[in-house]
Amino acid sequence: MEKRLNGKRISKASLNGFVNYGIVIAAFALIQILLAVQKPLGVTLVSNIMQSLLVPACCYIVMAVSLNLTVGILGELSLGHAGFMSLGAFSGVVASFLLAEAIPFAPLRLALSMAVGAVFGAAGGVIVGVPVLRLQGDYLAIVTLAFGQIIKNIIMVLYVGVDGEGFHMALSSERFHLAEEGTAIIKGPMGAVGVQKLASFTAGFVLILITLLVVQNLVNSRSGRAIMALRDNRIAAESVGINVTKYKLMAFVTSAALAGAAGALFGLNYSSTVASKFDFNSSILVLVFVVLGGLGSIRGSIIAAAVLYVLPELLRQFNISDYRMLIYAIILILVMLVTNNDQLKTLAGRIIPKRKGAASHG
Amino acid sequence: MKKKKLAALLLAGAMGLGLLAGCSNGGKPENGGGDAVTIKVGGIGPTTGDAAQYGTATEWGAEIAVEEINALNGPVKLEFKYEDDTGAADTAVAAYNNLKDWAKDAPLVIYGTTTTGPCVAVSAETYADRIFQLTPSASSPDVVAGKDNVFQMCFTDPYLGTAGAEYLKDKGLGTKYAVIYNNGDAYSTGIAEAFIAKTKELGMELVATQTYPDDKTTDYTVQLNACKDAGADVVFLPIYYTPASLILAQAKQMSYAPLFIGGDGMDGMLDMDGFDKSLAEGLLLMTPFSAGAEDDRTKSFVEKFQKAHNILPNQFAADGYDCMYAIYEACLEIEGLAGMDSAALCDALSAKFGSGTFKVDGLTGKDMTWKKTGEIDKAPLIFKVENGAYVDAQ
Repeated sequence: MEKRLNGKRISKASLNGFVNYGIVIAAFALIQILLAVQKPLGVTLVSNIMQSLLVPACCYIVMAVSLNLTVGILGELSLGHAGFMSLGAFSGVVASFLLAEAIPFAPLRLALSMAVGAVFGAAGGVIVGVPVLRLQGDYLAIVTLAFGQIIKNIIMVLYVGVDGEGFHMALSSERFHLAEEGTAIIKGPMGAVGVQKLASFTAGFVLILITLLVVQNLVNSRSGRAIMALRDNRIAAESVGINVTKYKLMAFVTSAALAGAAGALFGLNYSSTVASKFDFNSSILVLVFVVLGGLGSIRGSIIAAAVLYVLPELLRQFNISDYRMLIYAIILILVMLVTNNDQLKTLAGRIIPKRKGAASHG
Repeated sequence: MKKKKLAALLLAGAMGLGLLAGCSNGGKPENGGGDAVTIKVGGIGPTTGDAAQYGTATEWGAEIAVEEINALNGPVKLEFKYEDDTGAADTAVAAYNNLKDWAKDAPLVIYGTTTTGPCVAVSAETYADRIFQLTPSASSPDVVAGKDNVFQMCFTDPYLGTAGAEYLKDKGLGTKYAVIYNNGDAYSTGIAEAFIAKTKELGMELVATQTYPDDKTTDYTVQLNACKDAGADVVFLPIYYTPASLILAQAKQMSYAPLFIGGDGMDGMLDMDGFDKSLAEGLLLMTPFSAGAEDDRTKSFVEKFQKAHNILPNQFAADGYDCMYAIYEACLEIEGLAGMDSAALCDALSAKFGSGTFKVDGLTGKDMTWKKTGEIDKAPLIFKVENGAYVDAQ
C-alpha cells in the first residue's frame, strides 16, 4: 500500500515509522515544556518521582524495542535480554570511570560509555548467537536464560579497579590486588559503587530515537524482509537462498547491542548498580512489555514499556501502596485479557475504521 | 482516516498529560497540634522480595518508636511514612523521590535504606539534595563514604569482620580457622574479606575459605566437608540466620562440631519456626541487640513488638527503633528548629551527629556516638548460646 506525501511515494511501513518518531518527540517536548514552565508558574506539573523515572523509562523503552526485534521480528524467544543490559551497564560504568580525566565533558563521555556498552552487548550477542542460533524454538529460550544467569554470576564475583600500575581485573577478591591509592570500580557482589551520575533524559531520548532509526530501518530493509521471512517460514526462506545464520545473527546482535547501550545509560543513572538487578526477573519484565505491547509492534513496545514501568511507582501515590504490586499484577492480567478479546477488537475497529485485526503493523 | 488517527494520537497525548498532572497532588502537609514542630521521616526498605523480612523489621521497629515519641507530646513530633524498594537501587531512588513529593516543603529526614546497594544509590541523591539520612542497617562503608549527611546505626561490615578475628585471637579460641560466606551478598562478603585480612595480620592459620552463591542454597555439605578435611576447629559464618541454621544442622549430621561464630545477621535464629535450639548450643554471635535482654526498655519494646506482629523483634527492628530516637533527640537539641527546611535541618543534624559529643542511649547500645565520617561508635556485644538463650561472652 503506497501513499503520496509531498510528492514522494511513501510506504505504509515508513509512515508508521514516522508516527513512532513523532510520538517520541512529542512526548519528549511535552515533558520538557512542563519541566520548563513549572518553576516560573510555581506549580508542580512533573513531580519528583516522575522526574526520577524518566531516564529508567527511556532505558526500558529501548530494551523493549530491541527485544521486540528478537522476539517479534525474528520470532525467537529470548529470556536473557537483561544479561546484555548487564554487560552494557558494567562496561559502560568502567568506561566512564576510565575516561573521566581524558574527557571532562559529561555528555560526550556518556555517549562514548554508551557506545562501549553497545560494543560489549554486541560481543555478548555474537558469543551467544553463533552457537545458539542454530537451535530453534524452546532450545534458544533455555540457552539465553542460562546466558543471563552466567553473566549475572560472573559479574557477581568480578573485581575491576585502577591504580598507579594500571588496570586490574580478577574473579575473586583474594586475587584482586590494588595499590593503596587505587580505586575499585566494580567490587564483586557490591557491584559498581560510587558511580558518577551522567545520564540525562535528553540522552535517553536520543537513544530511543537512535534505536527507532536502527530497528525500523532494519525491519524495512532487504535484510529485514529476509529476517521476517525466516520467522514466517524457515524452510521456504532457506529454499529461496536466504542465509539463515547470517540474518538471525544480524537481528540478534543488533538487539543485544541496543540493550547494551540501554544498560550503560541505566548504570550511569545510579550511584550504585549490582549484578543481581539484571536477573531472570528483569528479562521477563522486558518480555512482558513486548508481549503486552504486541509482538512485532514497535509502537506497542514503546507505549507498553513507558506505561508499565512507570505504573507501579505511580501507584505509590495512593493509600493502597501496600498492595501496589498486587494491583500491578492484576492490571497486567487485565491488559492481556482486553488486548486479546475479539469483541473489543471489533469494537475498536468500528471506532477507528480500517484498523487491522492483526497486531503486526509496527 | 489520517485525521482520525491524528485525533487518536492527540487523545492519547492528552491522557498522558492527565497521568502526569495526576502525580502532583501527593499528601497534604499536616501540622501537629500546639507548638510542636513536625518532622517528616521517610523510611525506605524492602517490604516485598527476597529481603522483605529485613525491611519489614526496620519498618515495624521504627513505627513503635514513632508512636512512643509522639505520645510524649514533646516539642518535636515525627510523621512517618515507609516506602517499599524491593531491595533494588532504581526502585529505592523512585521511592525516595516519592517521599520528597510527600514531604513537599516540610522538613524531611530519610530513614534507610535497609540494604546496602539501594542505600548507596539513595545516599548519593540525598547528598546532592541536602537531606539528612540515617540508615538502620546498610552496613557497607560505601554508604557513608564521602557524604557528610549520611550516618549509620549499625556496625560497618569490615568492623565486624575485624572484631571477630580479634575476639578469637584474644580469647585464644581455636587453632585452625575457616570461613563460609555468601559471595553474592555485599554484607557477607564485606565481613568475610575483613576477617580474612585480619587473620593474616594476626598470624592466625586460615585453612579454608568457602563460598556459596545465594541464600537460597540448601546444601552446604561440600563447604562443610572442605572445612572438616582441612581440620578447622573454628568456622566463621558472616551470614544470615536462615542459611546458618542449615549449616548447623548439616554439620551435626556429618558429626562435625567445630566452634561456630557469626555476625549480627545470625540474630533471630533461635526464634525460627521449627528450629531445634540444641543445634545452636555453643554458637557465638556478635550482635548489638538481644531480645532476651533484661533491661526495662528492651522488655517493653519486645512486648509491644510481639503484641503488634506476633514475632520476636531482631536487631534490624531494634536498630530502626534506635534511629527514631536518635533523630528525635538530635532535633530536641537543635536551636531554631521551627521554620527549618530540609536542607537547613540536614546541615544542623549532620553537624549534631558528626560532633562526636552527641550521645544516644538505645536498645543496641549505651552512649552511642558517631564519627564525622558517619560510622557509629558503639561496643559490639558477643553472646554465646547456652540452653537456648543468649549469655554474655564478652
